[in-house]
Amino acid sequence: MSERLLEVESLQVSFVTDEGTVQAVDEVSFALGSGEVLAIVGESGCGKSVTAMTLMGLTRLPNARCSGSAKLRGEELLTAPERRMREIRGGEIAMIFQDPMSALNPVQRVGDQIVEQIRAHEEIAKGPALARAIAAMDRVGIPRAAERARAFPHEFSGGMRQRVMIAMALSSSPSLLIADEPTTALDVTIQAQILHEIGRLRAETNAGVILVTHDLGVVADIADRIVVMYAGRIVEQGSLDELFYDPQHPYTWGLLGSIARVDRERPPRLPTIAGQPPSLVSPPRGCHFRPRCPHEFARCTEVPPLESRLAEAPEHRDRCWLSPQEKRAKRVVDGQIGLAGGTTVVA
Amino acid sequence: MRRFVVRRLAAAVGVLFVISVLTFLIFQTIPNGDPALRIGGRLATAQEIAQIRHEWGFDRPIYVQYFRTMEKIFNGTVVSYTQGVNVLDQIRHGLPATLSLAVGAGFIWLMLGILFGVITAIKAGRFADRALTVLAFIGVSSPPFFLGALVIYYLGYKAGVVPLGGYVPLGQDPAQWFSHLIAPWLVLSVLFIGIYSRVLRSTLLDTLGEDYVRTARAKGISERRVLARHVLRNSLIPIISLWGLDFAQIIGGGAILTESVFSLHGVGQFAAESIGRLDLPPILVVTMLTAFAVVLLSAVVDILYAVLDPRIRLSG
Repeated sequence: MSERLLEVESLQVSFVTDEGTVQAVDEVSFALGSGEVLAIVGESGCGKSVTAMTLMGLTRLPNARCSGSAKLRGEELLTAPERRMREIRGGEIAMIFQDPMSALNPVQRVGDQIVEQIRAHEEIAKGPALARAIAAMDRVGIPRAAERARAFPHEFSGGMRQRVMIAMALSSSPSLLIADEPTTALDVTIQAQILHEIGRLRAETNAGVILVTHDLGVVADIADRIVVMYAGRIVEQGSLDELFYDPQHPYTWGLLGSIARVDRERPPRLPTIAGQPPSLVSPPRGCHFRPRCPHEFARCTEVPPLESRLAEAPEHRDRCWLSPQEKRAKRVVDGQIGLAGGTTVVA
Repeated sequence: MRRFVVRRLAAAVGVLFVISVLTFLIFQTIPNGDPALRIGGRLATAQEIAQIRHEWGFDRPIYVQYFRTMEKIFNGTVVSYTQGVNVLDQIRHGLPATLSLAVGAGFIWLMLGILFGVITAIKAGRFADRALTVLAFIGVSSPPFFLGALVIYYLGYKAGVVPLGGYVPLGQDPAQWFSHLIAPWLVLSVLFIGIYSRVLRSTLLDTLGEDYVRTARAKGISERRVLARHVLRNSLIPIISLWGLDFAQIIGGGAILTESVFSLHGVGQFAAESIGRLDLPPILVVTMLTAFAVVLLSAVVDILYAVLDPRIRLSG
């Protein structure tokens, strides 16, 4: 790994609600180097967005409890004073959100919205700041940027708005870019362009990128390493190849099995993972995936530690009690990786 | 823009026509509404009544009466049935007081409504929110004649800090103008401050949950700036339209109670007195004035809307 940019250790985030305490993030640890792309993958509500928001200091609410550590170049983010966090937010860490339709203020010109971010972090006059905003828009492939900077968000297409968001994020040269489901709300053709754009900028600026997504198909193109989260916990982490070719956790098998692929014969039914993610107020004892897992056995009521169970890949960790041999045998469904026993929907 | 103006003018003419016809017709069916009896007085003989009827044209067909009244309104010669004075002169005389009341109160209730709305929204659920919420409900349920009477008795009669009523023109003595209006402004504002702060509070809470507010926070700008530039500005848009209509109503003499309690002799008090005498011409003129003010102000509001929210385009 290149220079250590971000180190997250045993991060815990919980929220006190009327229904009880929601353990949104539980013992999450990962590291990220400059120029590296880390994908955090999981279903809705698994804690991936809360993890990202916590790094930005945006989960500091009266009902939130946070522990563990998250260090950016050695500087602790969880306990940093709000004044310092404001410098970091949008300065050293920038964020791109899921829905570009609603993430931009509808009544302000896009150029002004980018200028606001630049001027939040630098003493710079409006004129030069606007010139930089236009340059940033130009860099992310927005045609006639000088003219378009005067337009309002509703005058842009979804893909172009997401480019505006990226331009905004990059305008202050962050060392870490967090993209929270950046392509989910976009057409498939636009998705590829946006991912390409993020990948290109990563290469140009050497920023570290955290890509939060529920779609393993999206990360295959761009991620170096993958963290799979389920119900607030990391269930598996490793390099792209390790996860795609030798997945260890049944939940990962399910995710891989449910990617619809055009290079294979069309299955009669689309595979899914049976059941729903558990409530984070009262999650199941032991392994959280247990109730949905067809391979459950007695030991699963104990929480499996996140550790490497493979001698040849010490960085490839997972939370499953099955032995590597059992896993390799059980993960093959119809000759491909998948989760046995999942219900299917008509394709 | 030109199309917008033309359409709105056409709409104004339509509204004025419908409103005036309705008001006119109501007076034909109202019990004890016969103006000849009122003009003649208690001791008039049947013959005298018949003569009044003929002189004033009350024996003509109703549409003729309507058009003759309209004609008089527009050439400025319309006369009150019971007082015999020119109605438009009366309105012209009362308008400065009414305008002064509307502008001052409109400013106060807008500013305080915004202030209290913001406080209750950012302190939602906490003490300041609850205290102001209770105050808002008290304000909304306090009728101006009651509140006005309290103010006149305690602040005017007992403490002597405000005059007991009346209106002094701005051009005559600005200090007296202000001291005569401060109490009516506040009394009239109380109701609106309550309503506006409640409406703004709920709009602000909705806006605080918007994705673009999260984006604004993620930029690293101060919370104060997030609130001012992204939350408040976008939440004020509905408040503006509310304000336009309420303001128009007061210009059109809608503050009947406040004007009467403080004897401002404005359009509202004139309307109240005319209603007491069931005097058609003044009521007709005041109603049309209100309708015109509402149409005008809602056009202004629509223009402001388009300026504040670029997604909205002007289209009649």
